Amino acid sequence: MEWVVEANQLKKVYNGVKAVDGMDLRIKEGEIFGFLGPNGAGKTTTILMLLGLTEPTSGEVKVFGYNSTKNPLEVKRITGYLPENIGFYEDLTARENLIYITKLNGIPPSESAARVEEVLSVVGLSEVADKEAGKFSRGMLQRLGMAATLVKQPKLVILDEPTLGIDPEGVEQILNLIRKMKEEKNITILLSSHFLHQVQRICDRIGIVSQGKIVIEGSVDEVGEKIMGEGGTQIQVQVSQLTPGLLDSIKEIEGVRDIDVSGNFLNIRCDRDLRLEVSRAIVEKGCFPLLFKTQDYTLEEIYVRYFRER
Amino acid sequence: MSGIRVILWKEMVDYFGSKRFLILFIIICLTGISVAYLASQNLGSFAHIPGEFLLLGFFISSAGSLPSFTFFVSFFGPLIGLILGFDAISGERSRGTISMVLSQPVFRDSLINGKFLAGLATIAVMFVSIFLIILGLGIWTLGFSPNLEEISRIGVYYLASVVYVGFWLSLGILFSILFRRTSSSALTSIMMWIFFTFFIYMIANVVADQIAPVAAVTTPEVVAKNEAIRRMILRISPAALFDQIATAVLNPSVRAFGFINPAQISGLLPTPLSLGQSLMIVWPEFVGLVALMLICFAVSYVVFMRQEIRSL
Repeated sequence: MEWVVEANQLKKVYNGVKAVDGMDLRIKEGEIFGFLGPNGAGKTTTILMLLGLTEPTSGEVKVFGYNSTKNPLEVKRITGYLPENIGFYEDLTARENLIYITKLNGIPPSESAARVEEVLSVVGLSEVADKEAGKFSRGMLQRLGMAATLVKQPKLVILDEPTLGIDPEGVEQILNLIRKMKEEKNITILLSSHFLHQVQRICDRIGIVSQGKIVIEGSVDEVGEKIMGEGGTQIQVQVSQLTPGLLDSIKEIEGVRDIDVSGNFLNIRCDRDLRLEVSRAIVEKGCFPLLFKTQDYTLEEIYVRYFRER
Repeated sequence: MSGIRVILWKEMVDYFGSKRFLILFIIICLTGISVAYLASQNLGSFAHIPGEFLLLGFFISSAGSLPSFTFFVSFFGPLIGLILGFDAISGERSRGTISMVLSQPVFRDSLINGKFLAGLATIAVMFVSIFLIILGLGIWTLGFSPNLEEISRIGVYYLASVVYVGFWLSLGILFSILFRRTSSSALTSIMMWIFFTFFIYMIANVVADQIAPVAAVTTPEVVAKNEAIRRMILRISPAALFDQIATAVLNPSVRAFGFINPAQISGLLPTPLSLGQSLMIVWPEFVGLVALMLICFAVSYVVFMRQEIRSL
């Protein structure tokens, strides 16, 4: 199987600190790979090494077969990168900024105007194309950044925290755009983020990064199972009131692992679906359930759980 | 050299379109015009200039209370270079455009090379226009066309001016790489300017007087030594180097700098030197000036290439 991105035992030491420490990363063609981890886990450093913008201390990385360290120009030609804090020339219009990028990519002028128009309409900025980029809001800048990655017609797009500091509507637009990039243009996408609930919806596979390496990798479900243990279920109950002895009698039910209480909400983790037994225990203690639901694990919980266990 | 032409072109368009360039340009043109005009009103001050070099008088004569054009260039030229250079890289960093540019298929040095060359080209164009203004006014006032010797002397002086301001440009670029904040870069640049144009003269005098004090009764050797030390220290100042070049190139009757024993010049005919001879006097200074600019740029280049992109 041909990998689009292939990193082997990548290491990077900054001033004696190991920013990336033995990273193995493999991304398939046409997938959206979520690169998750807390700030400072080494996500951005890995991305910079992928693009050849910084040299690994040891290990090697290939993008579409090109060695990023030795041949960064080829890698950058086919890779679109949206940095975390994207900036554009403030006194140039959105269109002029994109034209400049096409020039830097050596795209002939005859072709660049049409390409720029196309990507501007894809990201929905056609109407403000002649406005100066300095007057753009954060969300618009981010979309312009997406346009900048698309204008070179890349095979791989790397997005570093694309939803950081953007309002919910803007996040929605960006996530839709990412999905569209994958579905319509078959672009492989590496998405780095720490907003798990957003990433969860669009990623085919995720890798959780901690202390400079990927600790768990797979689809959201697979990762959940690996961390939470197999067959685990979570029941959330809102009870009318917390009567004395209620918690104890629920804990006595066979198969209940533990309970979290917040207000009159109970989060019960158990081996299997114990809704019947739990509701019986509640009724016996003189109150009734207001709300009852089972939950699959969200990425957020998987994540919090994983880092709590460290 | 992938992308360097694109970056060079864009930077030049940026420079020429920016407000600070416009302001600088207006100031410079006004200075040139007023200096040349006042000189033309005061042709009597040209008396010491050999007849066939009258046109050069417009560059070196200080009319009335206004200093000469060469003084303006050596004093305010650095500001032009620093203003063009001080936010070259730090500005890109703070706007976040540097990672955008470097993630395109261009070599990293294209950015710094492009910026430096664009700055140098801007300076060159700026100086061409001001030189032409002065020359035009000079020819119009004097009423005869310049000769080849005059033109080539002005040409050499022009080259030296561009290199001199180019040094300050590369110093500004160096600070814009070293400092994350544009304001620190600007302040340090100004400090260097003050140091090299004011303090270096005082330091040179103090050191020379310490090592070889000149008292009321001293031997010529001590005076010569004092002068030699002073000049040695001044050689690290680009302003001092440039002043000497300007003096020798624009004034053909200047034969030597520093301490001259009367015996050395006895019987000398006070004829003007040829350009080649004048150049020989300041050849070390000229080479020194070019070297200062190149070294300064080379340091910026190396620092920029070695900088981790995270700290960019």
